[in-house]
Amino acid sequence: MAHDPDLFEFLCRMGDNTLVLGHRVSEWCGFAPVLEEDIALANIALDLIGQTRMWLGLADEVEGAGRSADDLAMLRDVWDFRNVLLVEQPNGDFGQTMMRQFLFDAWHLRMLEALTTSTNTRIAEIAAKAVKEVSYHVERSSGTVIGLGDGTVESHSRMQAALDLLWPYVGELFSTDKVDVAMTQAGIAPDPASLRAGFDAYVGGVLAEAMLTIPDGDFAHKGGKTGFRHSEHLGHMLTQMQWLQRAYPGSSW
Amino acid sequence: MKPQLAEIWDWLDQVPDPEIPVISVVDLGIVREVKWAGNTLEVALTPTYSGCPATSIIALDVETALRERGVDAVRIRTQISPPWTTDWLSEKGRARLQEYGIAPPHPAGGPEKCPRCGGHTLTRISQFGSTPCKAHWRCDDCLEPFDYFKCI
Repeated sequence: MAHDPDLFEFLCRMGDNTLVLGHRVSEWCGFAPVLEEDIALANIALDLIGQTRMWLGLADEVEGAGRSADDLAMLRDVWDFRNVLLVEQPNGDFGQTMMRQFLFDAWHLRMLEALTTSTNTRIAEIAAKAVKEVSYHVERSSGTVIGLGDGTVESHSRMQAALDLLWPYVGELFSTDKVDVAMTQAGIAPDPASLRAGFDAYVGGVLAEAMLTIPDGDFAHKGGKTGFRHSEHLGHMLTQMQWLQRAYPGSSW
Repeated sequence: MKPQLAEIWDWLDQVPDPEIPVISVVDLGIVREVKWAGNTLEVALTPTYSGCPATSIIALDVETALRERGVDAVRIRTQISPPWTTDWLSEKGRARLQEYGIAPPHPAGGPEKCPRCGGHTLTRISQFGSTPCKAHWRCDDCLEPFDYFKCI
């Protein structure tokens, strides 16, 4: 496969989103409020890490530099990650984790649906596989956001606080740069902005049912997917995620 | 001498799924193709879920089973397209799941009946269960929780 820097960049964005969120969600393993939620979160983390292996595996083939999916995940430093800022935000309480998941899932499902018709058949195949798993993620995170938003006074106030905190990270999911333009022109991926209307309609419906209010203003934190500037949280997360390969380079089992 | 493909399929039908040993990897529908490429046997496997930890064990079990039968040149290929679907579960596999206490996938989106008492008053506890392929349900007739092999 010929090396295409824009395609490599795009694949890293897809793979880093699922990798970083998958790791974040896995931080709940053994700590969730009830057993069923613990199991569900672990399952979702597993799906996301599995998808990461497909995205970064393809990125390795495109780059052709001999960096495997594992190398890309475990040996790059923070400035080389291309995930959106939303997924690297800390878990906070369970409600904040589920709000982050919901906002990501609602974008992720639409992105994957669009990628199933990619002109790049490898990408279309990965998307067709992942979209089945992500349909379950959306169903669950939507139901949890409604249950907690329209729950007790305490759960409602926590969900509103989570939405207020995380909403400014939504805009980056739909921002367009030269990589996106190249992908759109090649028919490989949709223009991210084109997914916004469907996202707003779905998310607006769920949040209304959850009795939650979307904050005013369209300010958006940016810099994750371009790698320009990650938030302080990603580096801290990587010290945990990459610890073993950093301390014992090349170890395997 | 190269064994016939039908015979090889029979051998693979004796390789149990590592998570749900009452069904075979063939029942599960993840063996998509078996063919000879010269003197090498090519087996295409389709993962159930992208992150399913059993996938690599299944590849190892398939290879081991074939070697035990004297097929030394084996190439296992992972094939993600078309994506795995529960429609590929065999009838035998469905019946065995039911006997084992796991409700087989049902197109309506939930189990047809309780695998223990056959009751129809069922409540979903969680879309996610003890393995990626299962959801967690409860029978309100016999009050027992059970696994449901969810449609994908």
